[in-house]
Amino acid sequence: MTSIIQVRELCNRFGDNVVHLGLDLDLRRREILGVVGGSGTGKSVLLRSIIGLHRPTYGQIRIFGKNLLTLPPPERSKLEQRFGVLFQGGALFTSLNLQENVAIPLMEHIGLSRPDAEKLARVKLALTGLPASAARKYPSELSGGMVKRASLARALALDPEILFLDEPTAGLDPIGAAAFDQLLVTLRNALGLTVFLVTHDLDTLYATCDRVAVLSQQRVIIADTLERVAADPDPWIQDYFQGPRGRAASRAADDDRANPHGDGN
Amino acid sequence: MQHGSARQETSVPPNTTPGNVTFNRGALAITGDWTLPAYQAIEQQLSRLPLHSRKPDTLDLANLGRIDTAGASLLADFLGPDRLEGFVENDPVLERDTAALLRIVARSLGQWKEPDIAEAPILSRWLSHIGERVESLGLLLWQLLGFMGQTLATLFSVLPHPGRWRVTAFVAAVQDTGLNALPIVALLTFLVGAVVAFLGATVLEDFGATIYTVNLVAFSFLREFGVLLAAILLAGRTASSFTAHIGAMKVNEELDAIRTLGLNPVELLVLPRVLAMMVSLPILTFVGMIAGMVGGALVCVLSLDISLGQFLAIVERDIALRHFLVGLSKAPVLAFLIAVIGCLEGFKVGGSAQSVGEHTTSSVVQSIFTVILLDAIAALFFMEMGW
Ligand SMILES: Nc1ncnc2c1ncn2[C@@H]1O[C@H](COP(=O)(O)OP(=O)(O)OP(=O)(O)O)[C@@H](O)[C@H]1O
Ligand SMILES: [Mg+2]
Repeated sequence: MTSIIQVRELCNRFGDNVVHLGLDLDLRRREILGVVGGSGTGKSVLLRSIIGLHRPTYGQIRIFGKNLLTLPPPERSKLEQRFGVLFQGGALFTSLNLQENVAIPLMEHIGLSRPDAEKLARVKLALTGLPASAARKYPSELSGGMVKRASLARALALDPEILFLDEPTAGLDPIGAAAFDQLLVTLRNALGLTVFLVTHDLDTLYATCDRVAVLSQQRVIIADTLERVAADPDPWIQDYFQGPRGRAASRAADDDRANPHGDGN
Repeated sequence: MQHGSARQETSVPPNTTPGNVTFNRGALAITGDWTLPAYQAIEQQLSRLPLHSRKPDTLDLANLGRIDTAGASLLADFLGPDRLEGFVENDPVLERDTAALLRIVARSLGQWKEPDIAEAPILSRWLSHIGERVESLGLLLWQLLGFMGQTLATLFSVLPHPGRWRVTAFVAAVQDTGLNALPIVALLTFLVGAVVAFLGATVLEDFGATIYTVNLVAFSFLREFGVLLAAILLAGRTASSFTAHIGAMKVNEELDAIRTLGLNPVELLVLPRVLAMMVSLPILTFVGMIAGMVGGALVCVLSLDISLGQFLAIVERDIALRHFLVGLSKAPVLAFLIAVIGCLEGFKVGGSAQSVGEHTTSSVVQSIFTVILLDAIAALFFMEMGW
């Protein structure tokens, strides 16, 4: 398997606060990698470092074999069009309505006309489960969960090869979160997406992830299949997966596997 | 969720064939790659097909290359989501993953009902636009008066309780609005002072009265220019910063947080700023008067043969103290208005970054307008009173 993102010996420091120290991580093609870790362990900073928004204090990051920070701007933009990002806070453009938010990259990069781009934007919004009435609303008029869905639609706008998602299901209702899990897996299977998924949602972890990377003590202490990670003796991991929520999610995932495709497809 | 690694390599885009669609005796055949880069080309092909091809008897997806959500949505749009889903269900050879994608796109489109938006005719839109503008102008004045009242009411309710005075915020605001603006105010008024002296000298020379340049500079800076220039500068510099600061807090829901914590945003944010401005502007005005007269004096000394001693003697002999007081008395009033307008515009910001920009512009325009209007009214008033 080829890894399309390689992080080597990453160090990140803000003043005295060392967030990452010698962090190594690989993202393989067509996999959904779940990244977990306590609050403030640097998951968002890791994501920002990979997509080139944050210059690491030290270390190497290669994405499609290239270092984003040293690329000339046109090539960097080309590369950036190959990934879509959902930020933890949504980061929608507040001056544009939802369909314009999603249509922007389509018009700028693909050169679609505005009506075409907005039509396609509405499809993406529909895919993420937003109602038609939301397409012309502005971000300030939306609920938190709707903002999450709209930013997912924008991340999907260019049908990217890699999706970076920072806590996509936080703020979604359980039905919406389950639909999101299913959408993610469908898209990965059909489009061959690779997904970097930061999440605290154990159900999403069990339902979607091929591998799970655990951030702790300023590095990735383990990145492996869910079963192997859950069996790791590290005390934080044990608390995480064997706590009441972890056990419940694990049971639910087992039930699902025993009775697959409950939705009648 | 695990997938065979045999398919791993196919996801690398190899030699791509452009998407194509053909319609032949009731059979719609889809071939090639239906992906985003080919969106427009495929859309054109689809639009050239005859109308009844939208209801084909069979859909042939056997030679379909790659397809993404853009391609799937084109197909769903062309056939209608329900028909597409029907074809997908009954297609025996379709790959499972592709079927799942087509199905999920068709389903989400099926649930999506386009809302229709009615466009009003242009005349009534134009009329309603004018109506809105006039109404908003009236509302603007009304809100400003209301906000001034609210600020004063809060001030008087806080004054008797020294424990509620926000001394730190006040001092910080004085530093920001006053101290930090000192150099620019001094420089600006110095330059204008020099210019006024030059102008005076040029005009008065014809009458052999260049000596009155001194009076001109002193009068104009004490009564008008000192306070006017300082106020306009603060209107541009500080009113905008108040609006942007409070507006960004509003976008970020910080104002709501302040309210739900049981605190009063007017007391917390507005009062320290308004009071700081009312302290800063008189000081800046004073500095402006001095700097303007220094600029005038420099021109007198360098090019009019009026010595510094002479300059000071004329000022002392001819210029009464009341001119200084007239100028200075305007400063706190203008400061109050500038600060209140800046803060109020911040509170009016809606939920977007664009709105922050609009209200910042509006606060600068309004405060400069108010400053000049009020100064003109005051000049008339003082003249009639003979002060
Ligand atoms: N711009 C910044 N300046 C200073 N410190 C920062 C900055 N961004 C992040 N940090 C610090 O880096 C650490 C990791 O932050 P990060 O946002 O990556 O956490 P996280 O793992 O995403 O947490 P959460 O699960 O709560 O989102 C925190 O201690 C934070 O204070
Ligand atoms: Mg985070």
